[in-house]
Amino acid sequence: MLMMNTPGKGPYQIASWPKEDIARHIQFMMSFATKLGAAGELVAAEGLSGPDQAKRVRAAADGAPITDGVFPEAKEFLVGYWIVDVDTPERAYQIAAEASAAPGVGGKPLNMAIEVRQVMTAPPADAL
Amino acid sequence: MPAPTDSDVAATIGRLLREVAPQVLGVVVRRYRDFAACEDAVQEAFIAAATQWPGEGVPENPRAWLIQVASRRITDHVRAEAARRHREAIVVSLIPPDEQIALAADTGGATERDDTLDLLFMSCHPALSPASAIALTLRAVGGLTTAEIARAFLVPEATMAQRVSRAKQTIYLETLKGSPDSPAKSSARRSRAPLTRIKASGVAFEMPEAGAALGARLGSVMHVLYLMFSEGYAASQGSEILRSDLSGEALRLTRLLHGLVPDETEVAGLLALMLLTDARRAARTGPAGEIIPLDEQDRTAWDREAIAEGVALITETWPKGRVGPVQLQAGSAAVHDEAARADETDWPQILALYGVLSRMSDNPMVALNHAVALAMVEGPAAGLARLDEIASDPRLAGHHRLDAVRGHLLERAGDRTGAIACFRRAAEQTASTAERNYLLLQAARLSDVDRQVPGGRQRRTRAAFSK
Repeated sequence: MLMMNTPGKGPYQIASWPKEDIARHIQFMMSFATKLGAAGELVAAEGLSGPDQAKRVRAAADGAPITDGVFPEAKEFLVGYWIVDVDTPERAYQIAAEASAAPGVGGKPLNMAIEVRQVMTAPPADAL
Repeated sequence: MPAPTDSDVAATIGRLLREVAPQVLGVVVRRYRDFAACEDAVQEAFIAAATQWPGEGVPENPRAWLIQVASRRITDHVRAEAARRHREAIVVSLIPPDEQIALAADTGGATERDDTLDLLFMSCHPALSPASAIALTLRAVGGLTTAEIARAFLVPEATMAQRVSRAKQTIYLETLKGSPDSPAKSSARRSRAPLTRIKASGVAFEMPEAGAALGARLGSVMHVLYLMFSEGYAASQGSEILRSDLSGEALRLTRLLHGLVPDETEVAGLLALMLLTDARRAARTGPAGEIIPLDEQDRTAWDREAIAEGVALITETWPKGRVGPVQLQAGSAAVHDEAARADETDWPQILALYGVLSRMSDNPMVALNHAVALAMVEGPAAGLARLDEIASDPRLAGHHRLDAVRGHLLERAGDRTGAIACFRRAAEQTASTAERNYLLLQAARLSDVDRQVPGGRQRRTRAAFSK
């Protein structure tokens, strides 16, 4: 799982970019997903709504939801993720680096941090 | 002529099965009421048909054959279940005495119409959530497999199977409740005694004759079909092909419904609305799945045939009686589709249609469209004033379309800063990636003007001077 985390006030303030840069970034993200899909490596990819739409939910004593939000000041938040099915961690790192270099303002690579985590699997069949 | 190959025969049988599927299921469900069990039984009958017919030939009345086999299966199934759970009482009551021994083959005719309609009514039961109703309708009436429906909704097959099975359970419980004024309803809720439950059942399956009851049930079917259509129409990138199948299926089912109740003018209106909207499919997204708004679409890519059919349908439907809200929307879609260029759109006519529509319906989306039409005819200030009237509607609170429309109108009114803020707020509120991208680009297009390279600014200054 490749998670794209960006600081709350960091470089991923896409809304304030010039139109050309936003369009280039969107184009990159779309062709990135298409390419992974065509290579048979993509399992899932989702973009998430911003932290100002997020709610933190906890159960009260009676189990009813208690919601809390919003978090525009959050230090870091998840903006989207990809789940890829690859043979080696190295390949996952390679894909993550490609995503990290997504174009930002003026087409300059963002080089944002992409967190790579392994998705846990079912126990092997012979263990059952 | 060459002899038909095995695969030709299989394809013919497949088509035939899909065609009669809703009727067969409708008959069996009406007789035995347990939706889940009936569906299983019908599926078994279909498997039997698919394996036996290629060798033995298609029976003279395939529908009756399938009903008979399914009925036998369900009889067996109910008996086995009951024996296992010691619920013999249910078996006896569930199966009418004259049908316990042999089942009269259904002879078709007028009942076919009722059977499919029944099934639609049941699958679009108001007790179901829209998502469940869509899934169940696709499954029971559309004949799609659970895997196909899961793919269209981008959820795992197990999730969709669970959704469908919960829907069936809800339907079953609803049918046990009976009609609202049935005295058995309360006792069915109080008592879990099988006999009371059986007595209470049945009412829900009776066909409403006409008038308000039929209208209300048709209303929920139309609602589900429209949501199914929109689900497919709002295709997001990557899943485009599968999702447009959903619109195609909604169109097919609406056509089927229109054929069943040709005198229902709102159903005709719904079919026309779908045809006129779907006609723009090829032009409404760009190569990367980006949204292209109506006034920027390449109108030569619109499906002329679908437009002609939709226009003809709405034209012949209007004079038939009181024009309802769906027909008005279809009328507005027709006006858009008939304009060869965006600036040739007959906005006064669209404004008139939405004027009637907003008096007739309390739908905030209708009010939003009314504001757009008003702005096109009387200028952005009139549209913005209308938006202010509806902005306090709690159903629009936090809805991105309100800010998106306001952004467009503010831009036309010359308030660039206000428009940028609206587009950005709308971008934060939408749950659709394609829409968010579109709105972000609108905001960026306007703010680019402010950070314009000196050349751009100079040009603007010169233009101002030359006035």
